[in-house]
Amino acid sequence: MSVKHALLALLCEGPRYGYELKAAFEARTGDAWPLNVGQVYTTLARLERDGHVERDSEDVDGHVHYRLTDAGRRETRAWWDSEVTREAPPRDELAIKLALALTVPGVDVRDVLQRQRTATVRALQTHTRRRARLTSAQRDGTAPAGAGTTAAVLVLESLIFAAEAEVRWLDHCEARLLRTADPNGARP
Amino acid sequence: MTAVLELRAATRTHGTGPTAVHALRGVDLVVRPGELVAVMGPSGSGKSSLLMLAGGLDASTSGEVLVEGVPLSGLDPAGLASLRRRAVGYVFQELNLLPALTAAENVALPLELDGVPGRAARELALRALDEVELAPAARRFPDELSGGEQQRVAIARALVGDRRLLLADEPTGALDSVTGEAVLELLRARVDAGAAAVLVTHEARHAAWADRVVFLRDGRLVDEARSAVGWTA
Repeated sequence: MSVKHALLALLCEGPRYGYELKAAFEARTGDAWPLNVGQVYTTLARLERDGHVERDSEDVDGHVHYRLTDAGRRETRAWWDSEVTREAPPRDELAIKLALALTVPGVDVRDVLQRQRTATVRALQTHTRRRARLTSAQRDGTAPAGAGTTAAVLVLESLIFAAEAEVRWLDHCEARLLRTADPNGARP
Repeated sequence: MTAVLELRAATRTHGTGPTAVHALRGVDLVVRPGELVAVMGPSGSGKSSLLMLAGGLDASTSGEVLVEGVPLSGLDPAGLASLRRRAVGYVFQELNLLPALTAAENVALPLELDGVPGRAARELALRALDEVELAPAARRFPDELSGGEQQRVAIARALVGDRRLLLADEPTGALDSVTGEAVLELLRARVDAGAAAVLVTHEARHAAWADRVVFLRDGRLVDEARSAVGWTA
């Protein structure tokens, strides 16, 4: 996804400069997708070109703040009012890889499956630990006030559910492969 | 640091000859204090066999299983039973709480079986129930508790006294996802406080609470996942 709409949404709260936008984006999305500050400024330049943002004041440190224009506000509204499309999903490298591993000779599909399972479980461990840090900070009262921490927890849980679904799919692939290999359906 | 649990080339074969079933084949595994290890694998891969050997509920055909440095093969049945009661706690999907006993009596039972006097056993049981935030339910019977509460009683029973090794087989089986996560959090807290645990599960989301996730296939450990990110910042 482009970060364009995320930046527009953050600017609805008031003018910000590039680094502030990067920090706000990462805090609310659980540091799941770190942003390159250069990417933020490139996006701001495009948004400015398209008339969605304009330069606001410069602070004492020389940071250029950007603020939303009316067109930018309408663009953001349109984003909230539309759904994220799931009909034409982006190419899934893993699904493609498994399809090819199954059909191209000389590949041990169970090894491919296990390597991926390990990697996905490792990612799941990482998401689970990040979430545990956030929820324990919430419990101890050391998390920043506001809904930002809850937002970050929900984003991490989205990654947790997606990784879990992937492991289940890998398990399903393996079970189906074993069943296909043995027409009687017996377990090895 | 001494491992709480160690499997050395642990092998379990049922039957002999061409019909022999190889449940576990030469599994090496070390679990230290403060470590939670999850075991994943398809049905029939040997997960439950591993847990049975680790808890001394079954004996290996070859290889060795050590609990707190003690080789289980060197123990007579009485010694094995004593070690099981003293050092090992079990949480199974079937909770096996005794319906005629209160929550506190269920938790105190393994201590009393091991010769701890009634009053002392009851105090330890109440402390264990307090740790799982169930002290107010101490006098209630299992059928007066929710599924999640019963599971917490089972965990308190598994950890009561000075048990260092906790073995859990699908401990969140019948629970909804939020209650299930709470059980995992509880396990995690006990491990962080110094216990060692082995968790058998087919739920990747639950296995992710472990320090290490090991994968079994056809009775062999084939891989291991370990995140580089720690539990605390």
